[in-house]
Amino acid sequence: MSRLFTRRLWAMIVKETWAILRDPKSRAILVMPPLVQLFVFSFATTLDVKNVDIGVYDRSHGAAAMDLIQRIDGSPNFRRIVPIRSQAEMREVIENQTVIAVLVIADDFDRKVAARSPAEVGIVLDGRRSNAAQIVSGYLSQIVAATGSVPRVNDVAGGTVVTHWFNPSLSFFWFTLPSLIAVIVSVSGVALTSQSIARERELGTFDQLLVSPLRPREILIGKTIPPMLIGTLNGTLFLIIAPLLFGVPFTGSLLLFFLSLEVYLLALVGLGLFVSAISMTQQQAFLGSFVLTVPILLLSGYASPIENMPDWLQVATYANPARFFLVIVQGLFLKAMPAAAVFQQLWPLGLIALVTLTAAAWLFRARME
Amino acid sequence: MKQAIDRRRLRALIRKELAQIGRDPSTFLIALFLPLLLMFLFGFAISLDTARTRIAVVVQDSGGAAAGLAPSYSNSPYFEVSEFRAVPPARDLMMADKVRGMVVIPQDFSATVAKGKLPQIQIVTDGSQPNTANFVAAYAEGVMRNWAASEGVGGRVAMPAVQANPRFWYNPALKSRNFLVPGAIAIVMTMIGTLLTALVVAREWERGTMEAMIATPMTMVEFVISKVVPYYFLAMTSMAVCTLLAVTLFQVPFRGSIPALLLVSSAFLMPSLGMGLFISSATKNQFVASQMALLASFLPTFLLSGFVYEIASMPVPIQALTYVVPARYLIPSLQTIFLVGDVWPMFLRDSAIMLGFGLFFFFLSFRVTRRSLDT
Repeated sequence: MSRLFTRRLWAMIVKETWAILRDPKSRAILVMPPLVQLFVFSFATTLDVKNVDIGVYDRSHGAAAMDLIQRIDGSPNFRRIVPIRSQAEMREVIENQTVIAVLVIADDFDRKVAARSPAEVGIVLDGRRSNAAQIVSGYLSQIVAATGSVPRVNDVAGGTVVTHWFNPSLSFFWFTLPSLIAVIVSVSGVALTSQSIARERELGTFDQLLVSPLRPREILIGKTIPPMLIGTLNGTLFLIIAPLLFGVPFTGSLLLFFLSLEVYLLALVGLGLFVSAISMTQQQAFLGSFVLTVPILLLSGYASPIENMPDWLQVATYANPARFFLVIVQGLFLKAMPAAAVFQQLWPLGLIALVTLTAAAWLFRARME
Repeated sequence: MKQAIDRRRLRALIRKELAQIGRDPSTFLIALFLPLLLMFLFGFAISLDTARTRIAVVVQDSGGAAAGLAPSYSNSPYFEVSEFRAVPPARDLMMADKVRGMVVIPQDFSATVAKGKLPQIQIVTDGSQPNTANFVAAYAEGVMRNWAASEGVGGRVAMPAVQANPRFWYNPALKSRNFLVPGAIAIVMTMIGTLLTALVVAREWERGTMEAMIATPMTMVEFVISKVVPYYFLAMTSMAVCTLLAVTLFQVPFRGSIPALLLVSSAFLMPSLGMGLFISSATKNQFVASQMALLASFLPTFLLSGFVYEIASMPVPIQALTYVVPARYLIPSLQTIFLVGDVWPMFLRDSAIMLGFGLFFFFLSFRVTRRSLDT
């Protein structure tokens, strides 16, 4: 009797897996979103700035000004140069976001450059897109600083050699694809678990389960196995696609990868069960899982670094399983993270899993009786 | 032929809808709690303004010059420094994700300075986070450059002949919150417009109440209106709450006018509600509808609208995809209303495009619903 793995449990797992796989639409929903997300996310989420349009308001019309414009035209970061003829036009192109920045060359620019006195070039940027504008400002300032001057003596860069470890060319793919595993697994892990019970509740079949010889423990385990399987499947899919299609190296240990993935999934499934224990309808379950998933993703360090958050919010991220898993996947892909460093992240993850699962089981039992 | 809209029937249908909204506490969760949560997260959790970054400074040299440079790093407002004498412990920290980079001051540093030459230091960043890596490299170089200039190390460093003088309009302090918070309002409206609507109609199908509704004299037009009107007002209410929050709690300026805000948000709700209706009539299953709505509305609004990520930097096929994301036309207008003022040509053009999408989705959902009634 005390055996955990009984024939009843097996039947429950089979039933649950079928419940998910039976409907062709929900079958598609298991595979399609992760793939769409894979391609859209990985191509769209770059904080690089390329191919932007720039306006040039040239009032100098001299050789030095022409030289500057040509250098900007030649830069791969800019796509098109829009000539501007008046102050009003400048305001208009920026307001309408036709360009992100306008370079303003004053009418005495050529005279000053010829006289070798310090000249200035104004750059007006669209602060609505302050992040991109800052990057564009950096590009333009570099080009501007390089023009006009005959390189003088001692034009040193500053005595520094910069090396980027783990991702020498700073490719965004190398950052996004490993992180996506954490994102996609959490979306399906929480949503799938919480919806499956709420659906049975709403359709009334949950009562049938309760009057069957199945024990509460068996129902819970049966509900957790299929989401775990699907999460593992999605994780494995990404593990194969990232190096194969995107050239992201996987340098760490596969064993540690799957171990961490399962612990992470357990934490998520615990959250999903928790949500389903308190929700009576699918709409509530969906909302509950959404309310959990969004902070899990936004507070993980994927959307923006944890260091940028206010201190009190940084403390809150320690309760977020994705925070720990993200460090592990990024480490295992790019850094060949040693086991000791992985375990530093893994034990808090395990603790969170333990807490969410126990809380869910307790709440479930309380609600069933 | 039945009359397309009967006032009394429509009123009854809307009343039924309102009663349903009132009965399920989770609707209020969506309309009030979710907007607050999202605004809160986008206001506080997401920030592209880099704060203090943890780095390691490895001082391999015991000379006086090295002892002078190292504190420049700890005193910099951009870095939180742990000091080491050798590279391996710093490398372990970087491996374990505890620091984002290291600055190595080599053994011959002070000797080179003594000879009157510019010494070289090494900056190593953690490339697994490219954005932070760029930041660390740029600012660590800056600290070294300033130190060299103030100590007069390596001779006179020439100033460039031409200097750029950047000015950032509309957001001079460059707070990323100022454009993230208006974007978050767009996400909130997408949530209510598409997600909630998708769930609501899918539920009618799944529970079988849709059949009961079809058996009544109700026409399709009335049905659609009765579903759209309450959620339109719900979405506008949360929009208002969010705007209030943005201006008061997050101190985002509001330079445009309220009519402009009402126009663009109403225009956006058309495709948003239309898509929700279409998804639910096409799927008829709450789980599938919710996942589809997430995929077709929430994620594109977040990723493909120019909200955080620059559209121009994306590959061409993805750029083409952004043209069919309604939020692409909402977010610039919203950011403009908050930060710039009223730019009517932009608002009118974008609203017209959004209304066009709205018509398209309503047309689609009429077709899908009607066909499925026959079968």
